[in-house]
Amino acid sequence: MRRLLDGGIRFYLILVLVFLYLPILVMALLAFNKSPLYGLPFEFDLVWFDALANNKRLLTAGWNSVWIALANTLIATSLGTMAAVAFGRYSFRGKTLLQALLFPPIAIPWLVIGTAMLVFFFWSGIGRGLHSILLGHVALSLPYVIFVVGARLNDYPKALEEAAATLGATPWQVFRRVSVPILAPGVVAASLFAFAVSFDQFVISYFLAPPGVTTLPVEIYTSIRKGFTPEINAISTIIIAVSMGLMLIVARFYRFGGERSGNE
Amino acid sequence: MTPTTRTRWAILGLTGPAYLWLAGTIFLPLTAMLVLSFLDKSPLVPQPASFTLANYQAYFSKSFYWPLTRWSIELGLWVTLFCFLIGYPAAFALAKRVKGRWREAIFLLIVLPFWSNALVRVFSWTMVLRSNGIVDVAVQSVFPGAPTIDLLFSYPAVIIGLVHSYLPYMILTCYIALQAIDDSLIEAGRSLGANRFTTFYRVILPLSLPGIVSGAALIFVPVIGSFMEPRILGGTKGATLGMNIEEQFTVTANWPLGAALSFILLAIVLVIFGILYPVLRRQGGGA
Repeated sequence: MRRLLDGGIRFYLILVLVFLYLPILVMALLAFNKSPLYGLPFEFDLVWFDALANNKRLLTAGWNSVWIALANTLIATSLGTMAAVAFGRYSFRGKTLLQALLFPPIAIPWLVIGTAMLVFFFWSGIGRGLHSILLGHVALSLPYVIFVVGARLNDYPKALEEAAATLGATPWQVFRRVSVPILAPGVVAASLFAFAVSFDQFVISYFLAPPGVTTLPVEIYTSIRKGFTPEINAISTIIIAVSMGLMLIVARFYRFGGERSGNE
Repeated sequence: MTPTTRTRWAILGLTGPAYLWLAGTIFLPLTAMLVLSFLDKSPLVPQPASFTLANYQAYFSKSFYWPLTRWSIELGLWVTLFCFLIGYPAAFALAKRVKGRWREAIFLLIVLPFWSNALVRVFSWTMVLRSNGIVDVAVQSVFPGAPTIDLLFSYPAVIIGLVHSYLPYMILTCYIALQAIDDSLIEAGRSLGANRFTTFYRVILPLSLPGIVSGAALIFVPVIGSFMEPRILGGTKGATLGMNIEEQFTVTANWPLGAALSFILLAIVLVIFGILYPVLRRQGGGA
């Protein structure tokens, strides 16, 4: 009975995984298929990757996405970490309010935030373009960074810093030898979050991209709406392979899923 | 204990940049859009605009918007429900039945798609659901002569795509809640004579409720404002309020109406949060 139950549970989890991976695998398969109309039978070919290499629009959009994601990671991680340190180290009036203000960017649908940015950037003369897309991405990433770094600093070991200082360390030494090692894992995780939020972001970019300037998700969306092009399968397959590969590397350093098998 | 002037400057210097950024890109824009929703002319028109309630009146007086709103809310409910029905058992199995390396591996596999592009994942379903797609071909090969299955551009397609996008949220939040439940509570229930069903219904389910609710909130909010997924998978069928708002800004360029519709959408979200808030709050004290 017990074994039967365990078998059933395993089967169910496998079904869930099939549901999660089926479309992705189908898409990856079709990226290597010769027929442009998703015709079967399957015939292996790299035509679509060749076509992709010559698709200037898609490649430009891809580079735009990468640069924006990198700039976003740098800005959001630094500003967010600073705020998180302030929250972790000091207790002050208005702190709860400031922390509560981090929820709107997460809880308000992106559609509403994106259109609001479009309106305000138009009115204020900031306009549309890669710069305003970056402005928007940083705003969306900041709360995540502050939460992720903050989770690490929940009980900020102020005593350690003070101990180092009383033992004669200069402020710089305290920062370098005590604060940074404590902060580092949280900051690395937060910067990964920030990169993913930006690289994946479609809605905000969609409203803030002027004609002719796009990021990868916006360009993919436009292509899908114009008609299906298998080059999209090819670039999507590359994106998925790269992002999943990166996550697998990260997962080797950070243990997901709680405790190890030791405490069974 | 009053903070010294130096501390005060440190706090200001550390939090200032992040919050200035948020003010300029989130809070000022929302205020601007609220003002815009009461104007009678789009800022794209060079004439001066005056204040009006017409944009909100348009929503309530035209029967056109009600079906859009209803479908958006229904879509949110269906997607949340299916995510719960599929995700909760998976989270339960993962938290309480699977152990060790298996758990780690399956958990990683579940959160992994999460890090790939959402748009790409929605797009990938078009290849599965279309006629002569994988589902169709599979059914035809098992039952030759079965009617063609073409789910693309239908309500189910939109729901399937959205469930696929948001399922990991539900599994994640439920898993965290379920893992926190002490096994001895379950054993206590069993030893006091409760059967499996009663233990689940009286002990496990109430204790994991905060996880379910935060998962539901994380899913319902983006789904109700979705426009990209219904457009790619639903085509012209099943227009959502989100799709209409997008059109007001990109196609018809009626920004004031779009702004008013956005705030109506936001009001719906706030009402839902208001309903869920007591449960979410309890979670904070529970840990």
